[in-house]
Amino acid sequence: MHVDLSDRQWLWCAAAFYAAGFLLGTVSIVRGGRMHGLAIYGSILAGYVLQWIGLGIRGHAAGGCPLGNQFEIFQFTAWSAITLYLVIGVTFRSSVLGYFTSCLGAALTILSLSIPAWDSVRRTHIFGGNPWIELHAALAIFSYGVYGLLALTSTLFLFRHFSLKSKRLGGWFSFLPSIMVLDHIEVRLLGAGTALLTLALAFGSVYFTRDTSNVGHFKLAATVAVWAAAAVAFGLRASGRLLAKRFAWTCLALFAAALLSLSAVDESRHPVAPPTPKVSAP
Amino acid sequence: MSGPRLFLIGATHHNAPVEVREKLAVDSESALRGELASVSGLRELAVLNTCNRIEFYGVASDEAAVDAVQAVYCARQKFEVGQFESIRIRLTGMEAALHLFEVASGLDSQLVGENEIFGQVKEAYAAAQASGSTGAVLNRLFQKAFQAAKHVRTHTGISSGRVSVANVAVDLATNIFGSLGEVKVLVLGTGEIGEGTAKAFKSRGAEDLAVAGRRIERATEVAGGLGADTVRFEEIDAHLSNYDIVVCSTSAPTTVVSTSAVATAMKKRPARPLLLIDLALPRDVEAAAADLQNVFLYNLDDLAKIAEMNRTAREAEVVKCRELLSHRAASLWEHVQRTLVSGSNGTSDSPRQAEPSPAPPSGP
Repeated sequence: MHVDLSDRQWLWCAAAFYAAGFLLGTVSIVRGGRMHGLAIYGSILAGYVLQWIGLGIRGHAAGGCPLGNQFEIFQFTAWSAITLYLVIGVTFRSSVLGYFTSCLGAALTILSLSIPAWDSVRRTHIFGGNPWIELHAALAIFSYGVYGLLALTSTLFLFRHFSLKSKRLGGWFSFLPSIMVLDHIEVRLLGAGTALLTLALAFGSVYFTRDTSNVGHFKLAATVAVWAAAAVAFGLRASGRLLAKRFAWTCLALFAAALLSLSAVDESRHPVAPPTPKVSAP
Repeated sequence: MSGPRLFLIGATHHNAPVEVREKLAVDSESALRGELASVSGLRELAVLNTCNRIEFYGVASDEAAVDAVQAVYCARQKFEVGQFESIRIRLTGMEAALHLFEVASGLDSQLVGENEIFGQVKEAYAAAQASGSTGAVLNRLFQKAFQAAKHVRTHTGISSGRVSVANVAVDLATNIFGSLGEVKVLVLGTGEIGEGTAKAFKSRGAEDLAVAGRRIERATEVAGGLGADTVRFEEIDAHLSNYDIVVCSTSAPTTVVSTSAVATAMKKRPARPLLLIDLALPRDVEAAAADLQNVFLYNLDDLAKIAEMNRTAREAEVVKCRELLSHRAASLWEHVQRTLVSGSNGTSDSPRQAEPSPAPPSGP
């Protein structure tokens, strides 16, 4: 059977599956029943495969990693976060993380699909055939995906902290993992995200030092600021000076800053190339 | 109804207080089975004998056979038949089937939703099978009861949430620390409640326990029973930072653990949470300690409220469970009726002679 869908149609289908996972979890919570962890995981997995296909079509058309505009960057960030969830979600043993991941996936994909302006300009071959620049971009956006999952874990931490301090342990709070488990995962995710971003910046800096005129200073400042904030947060946490609730709020702020920096990244793109015929209009 | 019937006769915690249940408990099931084997018209039989119930499930050709089971049992226990009849439960047909479903599911337990009863019903069935006293009806009835019990436990919240203060405290600790294998627990006070809570922690995997009491001899004795260390009472503040969970249950008239002592301890271990469980009245821990970062303080009232909420939540699930079980019992009953009708011309009129069976199960 041949399915002839455009890249955006595939991505809409993916968003629908992420939203279905979120809906499934919400219905369970509202009904006060158990969360269907496997069903949520299945929805996310289906969405992930569909998103992979959609991004694959775009990547093929763009001649590289599909990071040519704000739309693609948001899609890739969501895809990165979900890649990581699918890997660590099994060991996490928490249907609530799946619930929140499906929420993040649905939010990022639906938001990017709903704003046609983000996808009105298509850029192809943005890396100029330089695999190191492509690796730099892919790693940087992947690290933002890691921060996305970190933000989710931090949200869970704050909910768990609230439930313990306010002595409300029933209802959907009972699905939350322990506060220590959440804290450990937060630290690991922050460490992993920061390591990836460091690598990305290292690859990028090689290119930047060779050709300073082609790198937007606003983009550079925004990216380095996100990296510096992450590194400082990690250092403070490791030294025991940023803990518990404050650490969780910092992680949330870090992801918000990372998302805000994406517009700076997008604005620094090179001149636009004509759209490729294989990719549908938004 | 004429012809063979499924019956249940017995007594449970609902109508029989503990002193009566002591008299009703069967010490040797195999001997009882031997006596019941001679009851005319008794085709199948299984005995469920726990500390909260004695129940006989069987298939009898008529009511007289059921009366005979009761008579044999009462005579063996030296229990007056009239008194037994005033407290007994006697059901037939689908009602008997539904009752077994509810028992196996923990709905009829003293502590609604507890799991131990499921194993006890399984043991009772295995013993009946081993003695050859089950047939087509009881085999199907028990197997369907196990399926139904598993179904309601999986699809409802009947077993969720702890309902004793000690177990709520342990659940609380798992919400903070996850696995309890690595946590260090300090028990302040050597009373029954502190010891019971310490035992609950130990049974759920906590291995590093210590006990502190005003009387060092008593603390050493309690610690010995728990396989725990002993800490001198006057050195509690200095040792506080070494522990993740502190269970307080002293009879001290004033505060034993001050906010400043907790704050000092937390400075030495800022990244690790501290759970303070204050089971004492008057309270052992200064209330302001709850405001410190990474400190979680629960007193007796807090734990009792959580236990009560769990109990209420379980009771709310009972309605859902009963509905599920009655559908299943009705479906089973259709099949059993056919079996009973087709078996009404059977030749065997009494269960086979009993063989040695496992020791009677204990517990709820």
